[in-house]
Amino acid sequence: MMFLRGIRAIWQREMLTFLREKPRIISAAINPIFWLLTFGAGLGSTVSIEGINYQQYIFPGIIIQTILFSSIFYGAYLVWDRRIDLLKAILVTPLSRSSIFFGKVISGITFALIQSFIILIFGFFININYTFTSFILVLLTITVSAAGLTALGLTIGSFMTSPEGFQLITTFVIFPLFFLSGALYPLDQLPAYLEALTAFNPLTYIVDLLRGLLIDLQYFGTNLNSLVMVGFAFVILFIGIKAFERMRS
Amino acid sequence: MAIIQTHNLTKVFDKKITAVKDLNIEINKGEIFGLLGPNGAGKTTIIKMFATLLAPTSGTAIVNGFDVIKQPSKVRESIGIVFQEPSSDELLTGYENIKLYAMMYGLPKSKIEERIYQALELVELKNRKDDLVKTYSGGMRRRLEIARSLIHKPLVLFLDEPTLGLDPAGREKMWAYISRLVKELEMTVLLTTHYMEEADTLANRVGIIDLGKIVVVDTPKALKDTLGGDLVTIESHDLETGKLEKLDYVTSVKQEKNDTILTIKNVSQNLQPLLKFIGNIDSVEVRRVTLNDVFLHFTGKRIQEDGGKNTFFEKLIQESASRR
Repeated sequence: MMFLRGIRAIWQREMLTFLREKPRIISAAINPIFWLLTFGAGLGSTVSIEGINYQQYIFPGIIIQTILFSSIFYGAYLVWDRRIDLLKAILVTPLSRSSIFFGKVISGITFALIQSFIILIFGFFININYTFTSFILVLLTITVSAAGLTALGLTIGSFMTSPEGFQLITTFVIFPLFFLSGALYPLDQLPAYLEALTAFNPLTYIVDLLRGLLIDLQYFGTNLNSLVMVGFAFVILFIGIKAFERMRS
Repeated sequence: MAIIQTHNLTKVFDKKITAVKDLNIEINKGEIFGLLGPNGAGKTTIIKMFATLLAPTSGTAIVNGFDVIKQPSKVRESIGIVFQEPSSDELLTGYENIKLYAMMYGLPKSKIEERIYQALELVELKNRKDDLVKTYSGGMRRRLEIARSLIHKPLVLFLDEPTLGLDPAGREKMWAYISRLVKELEMTVLLTTHYMEEADTLANRVGIIDLGKIVVVDTPKALKDTLGGDLVTIESHDLETGKLEKLDYVTSVKQEKNDTILTIKNVSQNLQPLLKFIGNIDSVEVRRVTLNDVFLHFTGKRIQEDGGKNTFFEKLIQESASRR
């Protein structure tokens, strides 16, 4: 019971602060739409992939991009909480480390769902066809991937000693994960090195899964995609808890 | 009865920087104990070990009967802590800040509201409870954090430099709050400070700490008494210090440039005869002994009350502490 109450307290705190950080909400809502309207529509005017307009083609990839950035940064933001004494004050309460960790993960999932929801609504305007089932499955996919990605961010944040290295996360974690995921290009006919790198990237399978659900175009099988996604989330959650428990304030 | 007890408690950072060395200390139930020392002396490190935030390198510490290493969650239930740096959420209101902590301590729902109001009332923040913390002054934030640390009625309260960064008026107000809550809630308080006056005003007992070691522990009065009286500084051309030393009410004689500094027992009675004895005097100054003199006496140096922050040693400790 205490475990759940702790999670709830952490979640409430994160939600309250999120709702009061107006710039964060605005950029979270505008960025993906900007991508679709400029990059997607710009390339889409001449490019289509397997008969699908490029703007629609990258729609699933943009959802993943959004939750990738927001979840990892949200998690890694932990290093700021540690820098000031905010986190210490929570660590001296009798709450277990794992309930703090899961409180953060669930908050990360909530942010991802809120942001994705805005993008999904925008999807109506670029002719994405939803069914009730596909919509629910998309949200489920986002939930599982956001859990893994938030945990990845928290793991990074618990290892970092100062916020100075924050830019490196973009360079060495987010960009490789995003650009090697096939979010922006099809996976067949890739040069050998790209094919190998994308195959190792768990996000490749998540993007593929979403693409199947949203525009009915899929490269791998649904089973393989789901298995990789769930496996990725579980492994990172496990690593994340361990990292959180060994973390010093 | 001791509520905090340590045995050879030691903390070494990075295998080379000894922040706390062989600490043996007993803090009694219901007292305000002041750890007095300059920045970098190891005060915060000690509190962090007591609060289960830092693992000791060796030795033991028992808080409220629980071992900080083996029973950390029992220790956490027994303690409240106010950190040196602000640790409340700026984007939450004062009320929300406290409520979330009440939840984290698992207080029953039926009691939460009542407790929050009690705590807010105690620190006189009830009328500002619905304002965001970012609109609070430094002193108000510190008071809010005190209210927060009291929400689960801890037996021991740690205050790490509770008046650091406050102006003199804010400082005195904070002292009043601290003594009041100790009286009303019957708590034990361990506070660290590098302000002499703070230790003198608030603490029942003071432990003087320097370079990670406790030098001496006693009541402020007893500590000041060890110097054997008050200080009389005399400037005079024809002063024979040898003769002065033989007077029975003079406990010590020191020469500093043109000044002769005497320590005199019972100054109100003995000043007159002393001045008569010396005769020709250019100037005289009488001063009560402060903890600063005590600190100087025991460590051979003065505490820098200001500008002492971010010394090289302090930085080293902070750096290696944040690397853990």
